[in-house]
Amino acid sequence: MPNVSMTVNGKAVSAEVEPRTLLVQFLREKLSLTGTHVGCDTSQCGACVVHVDGKSVKACTTLALQHEGADVTTIEGLAQNGELHPMQAAFKEHHGLQCGFCTPGMVMSAIDLVNTHPNPDEQTIREGLEGNICRCTGYQNIVKAVKAASDNMGG
Amino acid sequence: MYDFNYHRPGSVDEAVGLINEDAKILAGGQSLLPTMKLRLAQPSDVIDLGAIPGLSDISVDGSSVTIGATATHASVAASGAVAGAIPALADLASGIGDTQVRNVGTMGGSVANADPAADYPAAVVGLGATVHTNSRSIAADDFFTGIFETALEENEILTKVSFPVPEAAAYVKFANPASRYAIVGVFVAKTADGVRVAVTGAGGSVFRASAMEAALNANFSASALDGIAVASDDLNSDLHASAEYRAHLVAVMAKRAVQAAGG
Repeated sequence: MPNVSMTVNGKAVSAEVEPRTLLVQFLREKLSLTGTHVGCDTSQCGACVVHVDGKSVKACTTLALQHEGADVTTIEGLAQNGELHPMQAAFKEHHGLQCGFCTPGMVMSAIDLVNTHPNPDEQTIREGLEGNICRCTGYQNIVKAVKAASDNMGG
Repeated sequence: MYDFNYHRPGSVDEAVGLINEDAKILAGGQSLLPTMKLRLAQPSDVIDLGAIPGLSDISVDGSSVTIGATATHASVAASGAVAGAIPALADLASGIGDTQVRNVGTMGGSVANADPAADYPAAVVGLGATVHTNSRSIAADDFFTGIFETALEENEILTKVSFPVPEAAAYVKFANPASRYAIVGVFVAKTADGVRVAVTGAGGSVFRASAMEAALNANFSASALDGIAVASDDLNSDLHASAEYRAHLVAVMAKRAVQAAGG
């Protein structure tokens, strides 16, 4: 089996994988990073969103082998020294979740959104999160949380 | 999905050498991988173009915008140079799928896949672009040949597409609310050689609406399209829209595109 090496949450990792191994399977099953979820498994719901070289991607629709040498960040890699990332803190503060299943992907997409659109207005947030589905329909507080976080992310 | 041999060539020539009749080219994988996950495709070999240097380059000169095969939709949408030369092209790229799909999906993948509902084919045909491969150049009007079919030969890889800068252009689509694929999309371009109207989503493949082009050549305004009906006979009919509704949408989207292009 081929080998793949990448950096995940700041740590160098390497493993043998079947070529058909999806990035999300690599993260969850090889690295036991189960914070990244598999929802629809058809690149629609966004529960599997992680950052690859700083950009949000759907980890269920990309092969682990495509990311040889890449820098990957998952929800587990956001908190630093026990401090929540401002986006995580805002989701907690504004109750931007109900069941929590979509939350890891929602947070990862929201960080990419604020990085590319500093200080977004409500419409920009809603359009920017169109690749993430909250089946509890908790969008009101998610949008509030993203707006609040953008104020704390230097946007 | 079924397993396969994965290849990560460092050059186009190396990629071409790896092709066999059961191989598939992966340019971003946002269409190919879902197809493989559904086991609708079972390639023996997957040839990933993602590590080939220079293949994602975007360049703009006075007369054309050239986009490399592996340029992502996000990079085209965010390119100030593209937006300055052909704003309709940057706008089209910004409306494909969602942010995460745009961060991975590529221009070359979209064009070579030739999905009947994809956006890029409308720009390729609407602008009269030239498709470049490892071995030749193909005019837009000769490139798309049917449902998911193109003029590409088995041993041919799309390397870049050159889009001539028009006098004015716009792309307007009626998007599927879930996938953002075009139920109907119309690209209108006013060029030195006349007006081009390309329709995607409506038929088996992108096509030009010649009656609309003739009317717009005489008078580049939305009102020039009044009364020009598109025959529904050969249009798609599915759970999203009937052929008759698509025919209606072609006329509406075309008018909106002309207006957006300043007509």
